[in-house]
Amino acid sequence: MSEPVSALNGASFGGYCDVTEIGLRGMVTLRGDLSAAAFKKVIEAETGLTVPGQRKIVHGKVVSLAWMSPDELLLLVSYRDAAATAARLADSLNHQHAMAVDVSDARASFRIEGSACREVLAKLAPVDLYPEAFGHGDIRRTRLAQVAGAIWMPDEASFEVVCFRSVARYVFDLLSEAARHGGQVGYPVET
Amino acid sequence: MSTRLATGGRLIDRNKPLGFSFNGKRMTGYAGDTLASALLANGQMLVGRSFKYHRPRGIVARGAEEPNALANFGESAAFEPNQRMTTTPLTEGAVIASQNHWPSLEFDIGAINARMARFLPAGFYYKTFNWPRGFWKHIYEPFIRRSAGLGKAPKERDEDRYEHLYAFCDVLVIGGGIAGLVAAKAAGDSGQRVILIEQTGSWGGRAAVDGGQIDGIEVMQWIKETLQELEKNKNITIRPNTMGAGIYDHGYTLAYEQTHDLNAPRHRLWRIRAAKIITATGAIERPLSFANNDLPGVMLASAVRDYLADCGVSAGDRTVIVTNNDDAYRTAVALKEGGLEVPAILDARPDPLGQLVEKARDLGIRVEAGRGVASVTGKGRVQGVDVCLHAGEGAVLETIPCEAVAMSGGWSPVVHLWSHCRGKLIWDEEQAHFRPDPSRPPINHDGQGFVITAGSASGALQTNDVLADAHRAASGAGTPPVSDAISEGPIMPVWVMPQGAGIEKRAKMFLDYQNDVKVSDVQLAAQEGYESVEHAKRYTTLGMATDQGKLSNINGLAVLSDALHQPIPDTGTTTFRPPYTPISMASIAGDARGELFQPLRRTPLHDWHEDNGAHWEPVGQWRRPYAFVRTGESVDQAVAREVTATRTSLGLLDASTLGKIIVKGPDAGKFLDMMYTNMMSNLAVGKCRYGLMCSENGFLIDDGVVARMSEDTWLCHTTTGGADHIHGHMEEWLQTEWWDWKVYTANVTEQWAQIGIVGPNARKVLEKIGGIDVSAETLPFMTWAEGKLGGIPVRAFRISFSGELSYEIAVAANQGRALWDMLHAAGDEHGATSYGTEALHIMRAEKGFIMIGDETDGTVIPQDLGLDWAISKKKDDYLGKRAQARSHMTDRNRWKLVGLETLDGSVLPDGAYAVADGENANGQRKTQGRVTSTYQSPTLGRGIAMGLVSNGPDRMGDVLNFPDTDGKPHEARIVSPVFYDPDGEKQNV
Repeated sequence: MSEPVSALNGASFGGYCDVTEIGLRGMVTLRGDLSAAAFKKVIEAETGLTVPGQRKIVHGKVVSLAWMSPDELLLLVSYRDAAATAARLADSLNHQHAMAVDVSDARASFRIEGSACREVLAKLAPVDLYPEAFGHGDIRRTRLAQVAGAIWMPDEASFEVVCFRSVARYVFDLLSEAARHGGQVGYPVET
Repeated sequence: MSTRLATGGRLIDRNKPLGFSFNGKRMTGYAGDTLASALLANGQMLVGRSFKYHRPRGIVARGAEEPNALANFGESAAFEPNQRMTTTPLTEGAVIASQNHWPSLEFDIGAINARMARFLPAGFYYKTFNWPRGFWKHIYEPFIRRSAGLGKAPKERDEDRYEHLYAFCDVLVIGGGIAGLVAAKAAGDSGQRVILIEQTGSWGGRAAVDGGQIDGIEVMQWIKETLQELEKNKNITIRPNTMGAGIYDHGYTLAYEQTHDLNAPRHRLWRIRAAKIITATGAIERPLSFANNDLPGVMLASAVRDYLADCGVSAGDRTVIVTNNDDAYRTAVALKEGGLEVPAILDARPDPLGQLVEKARDLGIRVEAGRGVASVTGKGRVQGVDVCLHAGEGAVLETIPCEAVAMSGGWSPVVHLWSHCRGKLIWDEEQAHFRPDPSRPPINHDGQGFVITAGSASGALQTNDVLADAHRAASGAGTPPVSDAISEGPIMPVWVMPQGAGIEKRAKMFLDYQNDVKVSDVQLAAQEGYESVEHAKRYTTLGMATDQGKLSNINGLAVLSDALHQPIPDTGTTTFRPPYTPISMASIAGDARGELFQPLRRTPLHDWHEDNGAHWEPVGQWRRPYAFVRTGESVDQAVAREVTATRTSLGLLDASTLGKIIVKGPDAGKFLDMMYTNMMSNLAVGKCRYGLMCSENGFLIDDGVVARMSEDTWLCHTTTGGADHIHGHMEEWLQTEWWDWKVYTANVTEQWAQIGIVGPNARKVLEKIGGIDVSAETLPFMTWAEGKLGGIPVRAFRISFSGELSYEIAVAANQGRALWDMLHAAGDEHGATSYGTEALHIMRAEKGFIMIGDETDGTVIPQDLGLDWAISKKKDDYLGKRAQARSHMTDRNRWKLVGLETLDGSVLPDGAYAVADGENANGQRKTQGRVTSTYQSPTLGRGIAMGLVSNGPDRMGDVLNFPDTDGKPHEARIVSPVFYDPDGEKQNV
């Protein structure tokens, strides 16, 4: 009865690329001094990942860690583990000026799949998505038409997109419209 | 008459006939035709009427520079006005209608304007319609509105889709003529990322028509091979049908793609960021100014040969060429070789000598040197040309019968895109045109030029110069391609033909076809003192039509210079602004239409609301239920029901939209003491406190309850509309002023669904679900606790915005709906009633609680609202403190919050002003207060209101008059703003 339900309950759309709501996903916002050894030590101990550089995302087997700003990281974990992870990190960071907050429910996530996935996002985000400029390992906080979002490529033929939960429907509709059959551009080059 | 020839036409496919209609008449064209070429092929030279005099007008040009041929195009949901016939491809079943005529194209009543031409001189708007004063609104303007205007406004919603695309490149090449191809190839060969765009559907530009050889191969073959090489390069993106519309700072460029594909978005707006832009935009041929140069059948010489070569269309059996340069001879040669007659070439130059001239003579064409056109004759279309000496005044030497006149006044580089970001021009005396000054390009952030021109756009008019210039523009390696092009003789500038023409003739020489600006109008403007080209442009409307003066500008300013007795460069040009040619509004909107017009923010309970009769209200980008309307109920009745149910039993509110910002760190308490007017650092963990936030100018900007979560963490609730900007406000102070304070913030608004459980039975329903102790002892008013409710982790805040016993339960958004359903089920026995924002407003007004945006409007300070109790006296400082000490802020006559009770129990009009005696300096009635919130209170059964009244709290019992907008008086007595349960007994149980 009280099982958590994601914003769009796994909605999907098939166009020249496929758009799918990823569903529940754990996210923890971390704020702290990314250059401080003490901070990095806690994060790396918890995640087993190295703190990523500017506009980068690193992936482990189950968790990913993304650079958000000079003093902010986003930790991606399973939804079930998010609250406990946030609490554990908050506890480990207790002796330094830092913050760990569970924001899993504040977000919606999408996957865009298809060889032309780059151009679907190029229609919405003012980001250079040419393969030389953006690829696996990069993350960009940007704008999707009129709302904020973040994008990265888990592999060379798909994107993941994160936005706020309240605009999940808007972003899903945007992505679907951009991916609609007939609208393929051929720029940037297919991957 | 114009017609389709039996053979020829490199762009049309005679195996694919297309049916279309023009003003209801059925016609046939071919795939590859434009609307213009198809109409010419059907003998339709008359395609519209001019804007001011309603003179009959025909097709003049072949491309984007066309001033006359605009159409109402398409039908119903695909209808679009002002479509340029010369650039719109013909499609099967196309419905074309001419514009600006009534009742019909052939018989037009507005043409009487032409006979009244001397009453409609330059600046006639300014001169004629100033007197009598009242005539403007009732007579002149309605008349002008009916007679003016071009296309019709669409009546239906556009059925097509549109989109944007963000693109990035090292080099953007605009223009797919031979210059653009050379530049793109050179840039691509050097390994750069290149985007090449071309506004038409075909490549090669003029060279494709004018022929010759490049690097020893036929030019068409060279174009094809070059394109193939470009396509092979992965780093080059090639787009036909894509126009460079505008260049903006830092290499930002808008390109407008028309897909001509019914399954694709109709238009795509490319938003390109380029490190370097090469404009290979070519040149536009200028008309010549001779009398009746606007008769249908008078065309640009290049257009005449383009229609012949591209579409197999002849403008007429007999075409007289009028020129001041060699290029027009190409038209003569093409026509002659195409089997058509060229009765004469009238060359204004006394001694034309070039190779092209020789070629024409060799073909037996009569070349008349030093001759010009005295007047074109014919009614509604060209029937002949009166020949005169160009050097004279226009005495007619002979009349040559013909169906078409091909004119060439020389070529002007398309400098528009170069000029959008203030690239400068220089006057080229030798070629008689303005061309880009390469030493003064548009400047980028680093002080370097970021636009460079290539080919004819640079002023290179000979093929070899074009190729070399384009190669250089792209910093190409090796040597540029070379052509076998023959050399041309020099041009002789001709601005008025014949040069000694009298006023009769000058009043029939059209510079700007679309806006009916004649040589005489520009001369009159100069005579009347309009010396600046920008002023003269606006006074005469020269170049202000939808073609933006592509044909008229240079001729117009040359005439102006002559009238002002100054050299052309001293007059200068008007400003070139984007877009190059009009782009569709829909392309600018892109996907932002219909459901995607604006993002709509939905709470986790949105779907439930929608299923339960929500009457929506926009709050920021959120939709919130104003009320839940049941069958047979009015909205007002629903609101009253919701208030009563909540006050008497149990109401449920979706409060998820409230802002929630976590503030954490060793300096968080200090920071919040600055942010809020009251003290937050001394709030005990587990407690809540209502707080006010002011701008540094002292004005109240937001309010909400702050809860202390732990030793170093606070949770700040903001208003729905305030969540984002208050978070931004906090970050701004942290990042710019107090950067060394150890504070982190996080906006967790959307992490939580928040549900208000309100009313005398609120506690009962929570206890029934069970899990968290919400008793008065454990969870007293203004405290909070964490726990589980029905197995779901929650935070319970014991706060009240209604005056009732009330809890706000925060639950992770993804479980919000589950808790909401649970509350409805458990509350059923108490008649659990979900209520909307209007019930919320009424209940808070009954309690005298202020609402940001109602009681505040950016000019109100907390002291105005009787909120002095929420302003700490102990603190040294907080944002707004000093501003609030200014004399105007402490004036006892400031408008202050009071309650207002109508004498007859009615509802005061919202926003009404209380009048005072006398008038102010502007002769307006003085006022002494206004209504800020006003409602029918279902609880009290009467109208209640709050308002701001001058010195109001000291005037209890006074009766004020609030006239409505209809002047009807409404009398109300000043009372306490707390109408209901003033002692707070109901919320504190």
